[in-house]
Parts: sequence; structure tokens; C-alpha cells
Amino acid sequence: MKPPRTRVVGRPYPKVDAAAKVAGLTKFADDLDFPRMLHCKILRSKAAHARLVRVDASGALARPGVVAVATGPDLPIAFGILPVSQDEHALAVDRVRFVGDAIAAVAAIDEDSAFDALDAIVVEYEPLPPIGSIDEAIARPEPRIHDYGDRGNFHKLVSMEFGDTEGGFAEADRLYEDLFFYEGSTHLPLEQHAAVGDFGPDGKLTVWSSTQTPHYVHRALSKVLSMPASRVRVIATPNGGGFGGKSDPFSHEIVVAHLSRVTGRPVKICLTREEVFYCHRGRHPTLMRVKTGVKKDGAITAMHFQTVLDGGAYGSYGVAFTYYTGALQTVTYRIPAYRFDGARVFTNKPPCGPKRGHGTPQPRYALEVQLDKIACDLGLDPAEMRKAHLVPPHSTTANFLRVGSMGLGACIDKVIDASGWRERRGKLPPGRGLGLACSSYICGAGLPIYWNSMPQSGVQLKLDRSGGVTVFCGSTDIGQGSDSVLAYVVAEVLGIDPFDIRVVTADTDLTPVDLGSYSSRVTLMTGNAAVQAAERARELLVATAAPKLGVPAVRVGLADGRVFDVEDPDNGMAFADAVVLAEAKFGTIGTVGSYRPPPSAGRYRGAGVGPSPAYSYSAAVVEVDVDPSTGIYTVPKVWIAHDVGKCINPVLVVGQVEGSVYMGLGEAMMEEMAYRSGVNGNVVHKFPSLLEYKSPTTKEMSEVFTYLVEDPDPNGPFGAKEVGQGPLLPIPPGVANAIYDAVGVRVDEIPVTPEKVLAALKAKSAGKAPRFGPTHFPEIPYPEPMRVLTPEQGGDGKALNSAPTEPGGVRREAPETVPR
Amino acid sequence: MERPQVFPAPELTLAHVALTVNGERVEVAFSPHKTLLEVLREDLRLTGTKHGCELGECGTCAVLVDGKPVLSCLYLGLECEGRSVETVEGMAGAAGLHPLQKAFADLGAAQCGYCTPGILLTAQALLAANARPTLDEIKEALSGNLCRCTGYVKIFEAVELAAAWMRGEDMQPREQTLYGFDFDQSGLLPVVRT
Repeated sequence: MKPPRTRVVGRPYPKVDAAAKVAGLTKFADDLDFPRMLHCKILRSKAAHARLVRVDASGALARPGVVAVATGPDLPIAFGILPVSQDEHALAVDRVRFVGDAIAAVAAIDEDSAFDALDAIVVEYEPLPPIGSIDEAIARPEPRIHDYGDRGNFHKLVSMEFGDTEGGFAEADRLYEDLFFYEGSTHLPLEQHAAVGDFGPDGKLTVWSSTQTPHYVHRALSKVLSMPASRVRVIATPNGGGFGGKSDPFSHEIVVAHLSRVTGRPVKICLTREEVFYCHRGRHPTLMRVKTGVKKDGAITAMHFQTVLDGGAYGSYGVAFTYYTGALQTVTYRIPAYRFDGARVFTNKPPCGPKRGHGTPQPRYALEVQLDKIACDLGLDPAEMRKAHLVPPHSTTANFLRVGSMGLGACIDKVIDASGWRERRGKLPPGRGLGLACSSYICGAGLPIYWNSMPQSGVQLKLDRSGGVTVFCGSTDIGQGSDSVLAYVVAEVLGIDPFDIRVVTADTDLTPVDLGSYSSRVTLMTGNAAVQAAERARELLVATAAPKLGVPAVRVGLADGRVFDVEDPDNGMAFADAVVLAEAKFGTIGTVGSYRPPPSAGRYRGAGVGPSPAYSYSAAVVEVDVDPSTGIYTVPKVWIAHDVGKCINPVLVVGQVEGSVYMGLGEAMMEEMAYRSGVNGNVVHKFPSLLEYKSPTTKEMSEVFTYLVEDPDPNGPFGAKEVGQGPLLPIPPGVANAIYDAVGVRVDEIPVTPEKVLAALKAKSAGKAPRFGPTHFPEIPYPEPMRVLTPEQGGDGKALNSAPTEPGGVRREAPETVPR
Repeated sequence: MERPQVFPAPELTLAHVALTVNGERVEVAFSPHKTLLEVLREDLRLTGTKHGCELGECGTCAVLVDGKPVLSCLYLGLECEGRSVETVEGMAGAAGLHPLQKAFADLGAAQCGYCTPGILLTAQALLAANARPTLDEIKEALSGNLCRCTGYVKIFEAVELAAAWMRGEDMQPREQTLYGFDFDQSGLLPVVRT
């Protein structure tokens, strides 16, 4: 049977908020203004690592215009995004851990007065030796940056083995071992973080903030301020770019709430660009050692993947992150036996956290470059070799990830055809080359950040007798179009114009919980919740319309703003009239929908990271043009194909792909969170400014040819999968592989700067290994691996040598308590 | 810590400037060190103009002064005496969105929308001087405006589309802009029952 046509889903509508955005009417957090509003500034640490001997803010309080000050002891309760790493304070209590750590805050009648008063705050530091690198963190277990963590300055150490890795290596025809390093980079959203706190005379607190995760900010505020969560309201303002950088609860959000409670006046803060660099939570610098055994046809027999991550000064999402550097290697090409060792260290630098790709771009880069080396060594075409060993759709990987739809083969075909891969690779003029890389990404994490059995996403729908429909959902639009997705899917189910729908989102008082805009979860999870709510509303309308139309319910259709008999479309009524009938029959019409991901298959500790309702797939071919005399190169063209399952809106999907390519190119070519070397111990940010943190401008951006592949996944709304993060992943390895095709050198380190290309070319001409990259992997005390039999070995997902867990690897613990 | 007693407000000597903003004559008093960005956002409440660095690095705060794009974070309010300033709020008229605004909306060239006002005004100045810019000329004109969401691709296309509309041409967005290359629109699916 031919599937019925959709009328909204799959069509390139403008976003529902597009007109406001182009008219400059969208209210971002710093655009908010209230009567009697005070302005806040934060004093930040000049020391990378020190005990705070004295913090005296009384001088600031005497400055003109200053109304209140706050220091660490005012807010002594710790917080953090993960229940296992509640290691941050709104203002440092007795210790500072990086240059930029918040120490004290001032609220004044204007921004200038607040800023000037910071000078009057006295801070005495007792310096502690700073730790600036992975090697230093390993070499110097004392003093510990935190008094928790697996040992010394290791925050986390994990090891797990699925199947018989050594046996797999023994079966291999060839073994390859490579080292890779992926430098840290930051999100650089153009909107600086801003927040307003308003503690009203009714004893209720409202915080507006440019956050991607209002639900988690809600929890953190309640905890740190010791206020019942029911009296705290968090409204996420539209984010002026997020990319993961606004996913943690931040000190400034808590500080303005506190200062508002102290003063009884609204208090606003807008961070400076320099402070945004200190908030960071960007890509973890990651060193990797990858050992892979392959047959002569490129089939992988076993892989041992080791990572060590420079986490910076706080936990953030770091524990999840450590696991993510080992989780998704298995969902692209078949890996029958797999071992992963991961470590995260604390250093005295701005904390790392989730940046677009969330711990997977680093291992994906390493894996895809190594596969390119293997294909070249075996004399195989890298595209054909990958295609020959794809993970089958609807299968379970060695580490118990359930793959659903899997369109990677189609993606590879699209980009090799479009780029002329077969005819042009290796045959371009000197200095020019093509590189291929592929990737996959989750469509939402299988488990919530804090253990609970509730839905991860909820939607409420209000149908009004005017015919208007309002969608309420906690999701947060960070520019990706999540508000629009809600309108499109509800419009599709109810047969109305998406622009007749009002969307109310990201307000913890008004909207049901959605966990937030991270892990590419929003379209799939809110989409499913919205479809469910809309289907329930549709049932009510059909139940009242059917007798009125004199037809059985199965013959009632909803489309084009009408409710009608599908066999006699003239027999029908306007949508608004159907709502009136339904309201007369049932009372006020409101429905709810919610979504919880299917339980994951793994029952080992750590199995919570990696499972997802669905996986997106991407393949890219990158073309480079290298000047061998300088190492300077350009990327004139990128061909990219993305399996999005199903486009809810193709123009927005293409836009996400293009934006991901751009951000991937920035990381691949130039962006780095760099620190000053020398006496300061590599802990002072080199250039916390938009000018010196180099990112691609209009003139560096490549021409992008985007190919969308639809391999619908049964778990996605209308079959849809994610697109916001996955298409970034193939770009860095694609660039590195293209450099090799162009000039025959390997740059095993991101970013691939001209200096590194030139160094590798010089090594090549000197007869040395034609490579630039790490040469040393430190001794790391990874624990004895937890051993899990693979599904092929008949494993049940439980570890052989440790206690089984709840599905998804959670150890059931008492839920984190939040004051009520 | 809170200071309970009454405190003196800081002493201010305000500058008084008369200028034209979006075609309307306004007089405004402000501290003389304030930038045009601050005067627009704080004193005139025109928050459509955004800021990304306040150091002249990102182009987010671009507005037009006497028709030329300037970085309002580096431009003193005092310099605006007698000048004509155009901000994003002045682009749309009674007839609706400016062609550039409509093209940006239709193509998804505004994702988060934060860099959009500065880019729209910079593009408006370009099109006022050059009704038929080449792709390279568009890239050059916008090279001082950073955008982190779009990769600029849809922005270039939207400027080209708006330029055509402003020349009176009936141009449609390209298929690949809306659907990607080779997009198979035949596989539209039924509603998934959850």
C-alpha cells in the first residue's frame, strides 16, 4: 500500500520563530529589563590553583552604587550537572581551581558601578602548584585538585572488555597501533551567557537564563539556595547559540538569584566574552591509543581503544564523557571484540564539558584516520573497505548497543558518487586530495542524567474553541528549531497550519519537563511526545465529528484545517467547529504525551552511556588544496550525506548539516583552546577573545554539497533521527585523510594546522616517518577490565566479574534529594 | 552581605545628543563614555542590536550610520550627533519584512538569530551599493560578521535571493537549498503510532 502523503512533515517551512528573529524582536536574556533592576559582576580568580586565605568584599560594598555583595560562604552548598560530581560552588569557598573561577560578586545600580567595585574586593591567595596537562596530572597525584575521584588527580578510570580481544588480535592478518591527539576547542556561541534573577515579595524566585537545560538549572537553584523547587521558576530564553556550552548549571545563574533574594530587586548579569571562555565546558583535549586487528579484506577482528581526557578543573559531564570516548566506535563497522580503557584527569584549566558531539568526535577522528591508514596499507579503497564491513541494521553491537535503521552505506554511495571519488582520488594535481570519513551519533541518551523512571520529555496540548492549538513543552530552542518541530508534528497530526499553533517552551512553571537540548534528543523525544499528545487530541475530535458527519470514525480525516469524510471530502467541517463540538461533549480539551526511551540492553556498569533509541549516520568527502612549501591549505569543497531517518523539515536539516560541517572545519583547521606556556605552567588562557581564538569566517568556509538520506527508524517520530551533531564528526578525520591524499603525510593531531602539515612534510623529505602527531602514551593505571560476553557469544549484557545493574548500567541508588 | 542605609548615587554628567534613528529624530541623554551599542540598547531600548564581544571582533553589533556599516560597540554615542542610524528594528515596514529579512526567514539563514541583525544590516549596505553582488563580493562584505550556527551557506544564498527580489526578479530558492542535493521526496511516510 502506498503510504499516505504528509502535508507538513517533510516540507521546507520557515521556522515558527523566524519572523521574530529576522526582525530583531526575539528577546534574549540580556535583552530583558525590569524596573529597579540591578547589575551584577563577578570577580574571578587570578590564580590557577590556590587556597583562599581571605576574601573581603566590604570595600566593594562601600563603593558608590553598590547595593550588595556575595562571597563563597553565602552559598556553601555544592552543585554540578551529574549527581556523582557535585563539585562546584557558586562562589569559591576555600579553594580556586582555575584562572577564571568565580570568587565574589557585586550587585550595583549599573554595570559600570558593579565593575568598578570589583577592584575593592581583597583576595589573598596561598598558591598551590598548578597542573596544566595530562602528563602533569598523572605525575603529580598531590595536591589533589578535588578530594574525590578514582585516585590522585584522576577523576575517572574505567575499563571494559566485550568478547575476547586478545583472541581477535591473534586471528588478525595485520595489527595496527596508532596514537592520536585531539586538542580542546570551545563553542564560541555569539551570545554571551546572561541571566536575570527575580525574587518576588511572594517568596518565589524566577530566573531567566540563556541555558540549554532549564530543568537542571531548576534543580541546581533549588539545591544551592535551599528553596523548594516548587517556588523556583526557570525560563530558558532563546539561546543565541549553545552547541553544548550552556548545558551545565552555572555559578552566575545561582549568584544573580541569590543577590535578588538579598536585595529584593531583579539582578541581571551578562558575562563578558573573556568570561565565556572561562565558562568553557568545551571539547576535552584527548590523547588516544588505538590498536586494531584486521583481516586482509579490512574486516576488523578486534579493537583496543584507550583514551585519556584533560577534564579541566571540575567534573561537569566528565564521567559520561569518559565513557562516550569509548561507546560509539562499535555502531558503524562490525567490531566483534572490543576493549575500552578510559581516563579523565583534573587540571587547573577551565572545565571541559559537552561540545557538539559530546566525547565522540575525538575517538571518531582517531578511528576514521586509522581506517584510512589500514585501507592504504592493505591496498583497498577506503570507501569500499568501509562499505564491506558495515554494522547491519536492526542488530546489537558487541557492547550491547541496539542499532535500528542504518543508512551509512547509502551515505557513502552518495558522497563518493558526487565527489567523483573513484575517478579523482589519488589522481588530482599535486597538492590536492580527497579524504573520506564516516560517523554515527545518538538520538538522545537512553538514560536521564539523574536516575529516575519518569519520561524524558513531556508535552501538553491545549485546543481552544477558536481553533487555536497551544503546545507546551520544556524543550529549549537554541536555534536548531525545536519549537518549530513541535509545531510541525502537531500540525501534521491535527491537519492544521503550523503557523496556527502557538508554542510555549522552556518554562519550568508552565511546561512539562523536557530534559533539555543536549545529546541530540529533542526531535526524537519531544517529537514522539508531541505526536502522542496530538494523536490523543485527534481521537477526541474524531469521536465527536464522526457521528456528526454520519460516518464511522475510521473514515474521518484531518487536513487543511478541516475535519471530513475521507471518502466524501465535501462532507466535513472546519477544524475550529470540530473543536467546538468536542469541547461541548468532553469539556475543555487538553491532552498530554510523553516519551521515555526503550530500556537499553546492557546490564554492566557504564552501559548507560551509548544506548539510544536510534543512531544517525553520516559520510563526508573533503577536498583540500595544500601548498607544500608552507603547509597552508584550503578546503574548497565538502560533500556530505546524512541519514536523518526522516526530515521533519528538510531546509532545517540541511542547515544543521551545513552548520555542523562549518564547526567541524573550525576544529579541524584552526580552533584551539590554547594556554600560555612557561612560568605560569600552561594554565593561563592564551587568547580569551574572539579575535585571537581563530574560527572560520565567510572566506574560509567551504562550498558544501549536502545529501539527505532517509532511512526511517521505527523509534523516531515519523521515522526521524538526529541531525544537530552527527554531521560534525566526519569532518576532522575527512580533512586529515584528504591531507594524506594530497601530500602523503599524516597529521595525527587536531587541529591540522599548516605548521603541523609543514613539519610532517619536512620529516618526509628528511627520510623520517611522514607524520606529525603524539609519540608517547603515558602509563595509566586503568583498572582490571570488566568483562562482558558479546551477544554473539551468547552474553546477556551482564558483566562476568562485577555485580549486574539495572538495565542501562545504573546502580539503583536513592534518588538525589531536592528540597521540597 | 547587604548595606542597609541610603547611599549616594554615582555622580554623572550626561551628554545630550540629537540624532535620527530609523527615520525618527530622537534626543537622548547618556554618560559620555557610552558606545552607540549601549545608547541603542540601554537608553533607546532598541535591543534588536546584539553584542558578542564588545571589542570589535565579531560584527554582531553592526548598525548603519549614515548608510555605512559600523561596529556600534566601537562607536561612541557622542559621535552620532546629527547622524542617521539604522538598526534592525527599522528594516521591516508597514508592507512587512524587508526582502533580506524574508529571504533569511525562508531559507533558515537565521538559526539562533543572534548574529542576524548585524548581518542583515551589513548586507543591506552591500546591496545599496551593489545590486548584483557576486558570491565573492558577498563573502567579502560579510567577512567581519561571525556566525556560529549556519556555516554561512544559507546566509550567502539568502543575500543572493534578496538581491534578486530587490532587483524585481521573481527568483525562487534553489531546490538543493531547501532539500539538499538528490533529495528523494517520494518516501514520505505515514504517521507513526506511538
